[in-house]
Amino acid sequence: MENKLEKIVQAMQAQFKLQVEEFRGEAHVFVGVTQIVDALTWLRDQQGFELLSAMTAVDYWPQAEPRFHVIYQLTSVANNLFLMVRVPVNGDQPEVPTVSGIYACANWREREIWDMFGIRFADHPDPRRILMPPDWEGHPLRKDYPLGYEEPQFTFNYEEIDLRKPYAEE
Amino acid sequence: MTQIEEVTLDELKHLVSNRAITGETMMLNMGPQHPATHGVLRLLVELDGEIVINCIPDIGFLHTGIEKNMEAKTYQKAEVMTDRLDYLNTVGNNLAYCMAVEKLVDLDVPPRAQTLRVLLTELQRIASHLIWIGTHALDLAAMSMFMYTFREREQILDILELISGQRMMTTYIRPGGVWRDVPVEFEAAVRDFLKTFPKRLDEYEGLLTRNPFILDRLLGIGKLTKEQALSHGVTGPILRATGVDWDLRKKRPYMGYEEYDFNVPLRTEGDNYARYLVRMQEMRESLKIVEQALNRLPMGPVRSDNRKFIPPPRSEIGTSMEALIHHFKLWTEGFDAPKASIYSAVEGPRGELGVYLEGDGGPKPYRVHMRTPSFENVGVIAEMAKGHLIADLIAIIGSIDFVLGDIDR
Repeated sequence: MENKLEKIVQAMQAQFKLQVEEFRGEAHVFVGVTQIVDALTWLRDQQGFELLSAMTAVDYWPQAEPRFHVIYQLTSVANNLFLMVRVPVNGDQPEVPTVSGIYACANWREREIWDMFGIRFADHPDPRRILMPPDWEGHPLRKDYPLGYEEPQFTFNYEEIDLRKPYAEE
Repeated sequence: MTQIEEVTLDELKHLVSNRAITGETMMLNMGPQHPATHGVLRLLVELDGEIVINCIPDIGFLHTGIEKNMEAKTYQKAEVMTDRLDYLNTVGNNLAYCMAVEKLVDLDVPPRAQTLRVLLTELQRIASHLIWIGTHALDLAAMSMFMYTFREREQILDILELISGQRMMTTYIRPGGVWRDVPVEFEAAVRDFLKTFPKRLDEYEGLLTRNPFILDRLLGIGKLTKEQALSHGVTGPILRATGVDWDLRKKRPYMGYEEYDFNVPLRTEGDNYARYLVRMQEMRESLKIVEQALNRLPMGPVRSDNRKFIPPPRSEIGTSMEALIHHFKLWTEGFDAPKASIYSAVEGPRGELGVYLEGDGGPKPYRVHMRTPSFENVGVIAEMAKGHLIADLIAIIGSIDFVLGDIDR
């Protein structure tokens, strides 16, 4: 870990009481669901992490506690630093407070995570699906969601496959 | 027959102004099949006469579940999916993914492969910017530009075909190096491009840079401030056109970028014209890097010789039992990556192209997330377009330079 980053992580540890992991020189900071808004506000205003580079989630199904990690990849353009913040989320009715008030781009990224993982973002200004159709059922990037495929229809089995094809309800 | 339901504004009430609900302003649907949206982007535009009040992008028409598909493939096989993300920057996507894999398993890349990677990604950056200027000028009614830029782009695609057999979906860059060494004709082909392209670039600038019709459509339109850009996560030429000096090639050099002599073009205005100037200058800088890379191209192997990750050459398999075992293991099972996660980013033509990669100790990635720059860049259309004419919206879309495959993944 770089010296500058280590100092920030230490200051953050003193303020928020959190766990830190390091892998290949990258710092991964674990923050609780209740602290995330305070932690990101502090990182942006006090430490100059003004860019939310990426935001995504991981599903650890069938592990239930915590089932998800929500990941915030922050960049400090002024200090040339990177920091990964991870928020473990419970699998039962997962909900995280929105950070779209801190980083405007989180608006779409949170819609994407809701769409793909089914994690709710409390007080989100626009809680719609973003990539999948609005009437889609399920959340595709969850590990208990099967990777689907379509059976190719040939002349000899066209009718047979057609009968069990899941067409949209009329 | 399915009944066509009447569309109401109920679902979008929180995104439009009150005047839209009372019917004072007009909601106009633009796309998804509209030539100026450069793909299948749908924009819901709230209009007061011809002035844009609100602009609501609707994406997802090209969603193909690339991230889900990659989780079901081994690390080597998942790479072909990355070509299909941003189909104008295929080599750059391969580089971003391969660098993430190399970081996760700690794999070295020989110097010749590093130089080849730099050379090819910079050629690809030029090709991508050529598409941008061609289609952007086409939207602004400068039709001939489209023909000119596609002529030059074809030259770059020919070079890619020469080295990989494919014009676009090359998958030439592989974890630990590149697929195989370049053929002898490669140097002459690149030298030819280096010789002809600067003249062509001068011609483009002569046609467009001081053209009053172009200036009318670009100057002062679609302004974005530094703070807006950073908050919206905008990167690449759009961020640099607002005056933020942020280029990962300079700030976090990878693949030996610190050894090349090049500048990062910056503007402070943040409007369409600033973005135009930044990208035009970037093509010249990329050309400088290509020339330096070609001049210094060192001899040596093009793939790492770490046999736990890289299959042995065909010649070894006939004589060495160990090589045969490695070959068999790598092509049936693949290699294992540690149970850990990393984030690795490169500077693509559109901005920060990041990969979040998590391994679970097995041969398949547990989670891959592609942080694609177009996703964030399209999110600022509303900020840029507010208060401008609907005709300017077309110019703004062109100057953002997004690729729908990159947004929807």
